[in-house]
Amino acid sequence: MQADPRGVLTGTHFIDGDHACCEGCLAAGARFAAGYPITPSTEVVERFAMRIPTVGGSFIQMEDELAASIAIQGAVWAGAKAFTVTSGPGFSLMMEHIGYAAMTETPCVFVNVQRGGPSTGLPTLPGQADMMQARWGSHGDYGIIAVCPNSPQECFDLTIKAFNLSEQYRVPVMVMMDECVGHMTEKVVIPAADKIQVTPRRHTKAAPGAYLPYQCNGDGSLVPDMAHAGEGYRFHITGLTHDERGYPNMTVKVQDSLIRRLRAKIDSGKNLVEYDGNGLDDAEVVVVSYGITSRVAQRAIEMARAQGLKVGKLRLIVAWPFPEAVIAKLAERVKAFVVPELNLGQMVGEVQRAAGKAVKTIHVPHAGGGVHTPQQILQAIVEASQ
Amino acid sequence: MSPVQINPVEPFLRVDRMPHIWCPGCGIGTTVNCFARALLDSKVDLKNLVIVSGIGCTGRVAGYVNLDSFHTTHGRAIPFATGLKLANPKLNVVVYSGDGDLSAIGGNHLIHAARRNIDIKVICVNNLIYAMTGGQTAPTTPGNVITSTHPYGTFDPNFNLPHLVEAAGAVYVARWTTFHVRQLARSMAEVFKKPGFCFIEIMSPCPTLYQRRNRMGDGLDTMKFYKEHSKIKNSAPTNEVGLTKAGEIIVGKFVDRERPDYLAMAHDQFAASLGDRYIDECAAGCGCGEDA
Amino acid sequence: MAKGTVSIQVERCKACGFCVEFCPTKVLALSSAFNAKGYHPPQMVTPEKCSGCDLCGMYCPDFAIFGYRLAGAGKEEDSNAS
Repeated sequence: MQADPRGVLTGTHFIDGDHACCEGCLAAGARFAAGYPITPSTEVVERFAMRIPTVGGSFIQMEDELAASIAIQGAVWAGAKAFTVTSGPGFSLMMEHIGYAAMTETPCVFVNVQRGGPSTGLPTLPGQADMMQARWGSHGDYGIIAVCPNSPQECFDLTIKAFNLSEQYRVPVMVMMDECVGHMTEKVVIPAADKIQVTPRRHTKAAPGAYLPYQCNGDGSLVPDMAHAGEGYRFHITGLTHDERGYPNMTVKVQDSLIRRLRAKIDSGKNLVEYDGNGLDDAEVVVVSYGITSRVAQRAIEMARAQGLKVGKLRLIVAWPFPEAVIAKLAERVKAFVVPELNLGQMVGEVQRAAGKAVKTIHVPHAGGGVHTPQQILQAIVEASQ
Repeated sequence: MSPVQINPVEPFLRVDRMPHIWCPGCGIGTTVNCFARALLDSKVDLKNLVIVSGIGCTGRVAGYVNLDSFHTTHGRAIPFATGLKLANPKLNVVVYSGDGDLSAIGGNHLIHAARRNIDIKVICVNNLIYAMTGGQTAPTTPGNVITSTHPYGTFDPNFNLPHLVEAAGAVYVARWTTFHVRQLARSMAEVFKKPGFCFIEIMSPCPTLYQRRNRMGDGLDTMKFYKEHSKIKNSAPTNEVGLTKAGEIIVGKFVDRERPDYLAMAHDQFAASLGDRYIDECAAGCGCGEDA
Repeated sequence: MAKGTVSIQVERCKACGFCVEFCPTKVLALSSAFNAKGYHPPQMVTPEKCSGCDLCGMYCPDFAIFGYRLAGAGKEEDSNAS
């Protein structure tokens, strides 16, 4: 369905990634946000605080990230689309509630404008070291989806995508920005509302009394339909292992079927592979990157091609689930993968795992606080081509 | 002969989940009974009533009542409830949780929700212990009692919850025990008519852990203890209602005052600052676009 | 005729004794019978004294008992409207 025009700031803007992300949330239909200040993400909610009273909805600055990350889920169950925003230290605090959202299948968006870590780290400088945490940070088995914008325009576009995916899969979706992309000011084009597609809430069509909160409706998606508080359904939601009735049912059988379904609904997701590929058909070396690093990698790839090297670009747009099949297919014919990241090795492990031992995977780590130089990545490409 | 009567509480229970897990002599079920009667007496619209609980024995209340109910994470029922209420102010949101959940891990959220005067009703069942996990010390556990984490006796001071929440800003503060069933039901009915952050503390036996470890008898002995040792002092200054191991239990309605609630204040602020530009709509009403 | 009576769901009872203790007219006592869980549920030992006040019902933590007024017996009050 089309976006609600009240939240769409149609026009051409010159804004940074944080601000564009906020506009993406509004365009996607988010009308509730809870947050806690943390550099370099705070501008997202500051803008939301300013915008939402003239759009209709609420923002509340909560007392900590623990509160923010669950207040948004209360808002979702009341019927709203909701998000929160943070950076590394706050992301760590939110982990329990990311797990709660995954377990209760609460659609919501968590934006992490990554900074240098660990711990207090580098509050005002970029990092990309939360990528594995985005996938595995909460305890237990579950699946999530994560997107990686590499420009303010993508901060707008991919945030809308994040909301849509969260509604489609009833799962928390992470928008993994970084400080550079968040604080970079570029042109952002926001189209007319009728050009923006938003995915509505999967609301049950069953009548109260005939509705089971966690029973799939047989459409093959493995995603059950939702109801909201205050509609007369009298349903129960718990973080305990539960059956289709939503009641705690702590047995091996129920655990197995529930947790497998939570993983399978993401793993079998049909529209979840998305990457920006270029020059892959005849590539001998493929550079796999994401976020701000992909901008530097782009330069390095151009320099390599100018030297006659056959280099392909694979920029992750959806980082989780990881496009294993795409990498595996490429591994059948390329010489090597080059993986630059603003961390000491996170997504590179996924590339290696998917590519297998027959293909070289060259890692270009950077501990964060700045970005690679194109030369650093070019050097790895050249090495990979030999 | 009279026609077959059903227990008036029955429609409020998820009968497919009875019997519940609470121990013989545990008072939580009694509080739920009073709650059900309060709902009946006050004729609250059950469609809009939502229960949010945390983790613990009292946290299991959400799973046993036949209402929209959310069993959330430890200590975080109040912020979840805040999200529910702000997104859909028509909802009547009740937080039903225990003393450890609300005042230890949840303490920060307790005081901030009271400060903001969020319009939620908090029912705090205080059994002076962490029961579900086997009887550890809670911030409310009085001095000189044996718990599993104070095997030689507690020594750190305990919270006076009515005092804490009054200081934080609650507009309604009461304490009863599970002996005071009528007054408790009345308090519960009262808070539904009172906008703002309302807090009812209910002293309740934990015969399996708190009482047993301290040789205080069983649930019935504790109920008799409440009867002997309680003193109703409505409007008592909350700094005087602290609890000790065997001392007086001051009960009553301590605080009943007027303060604008969070949403009223938000509305006034935005209206004053933005005038016509202010769109006073709730988040749930205008964002989702369900195609139902 | 008694003004009221009680209804007991024997299988829910855990014999905590609250109803027995707090009945204002001491109508109840724990029986010598067992329910399936091995508890002694209460029984009315002086049913003629029951006023149907439902204090037993308010105290019961297990929703196992409630009292109600009998129709046509003394003053009719709708304290147990279902």
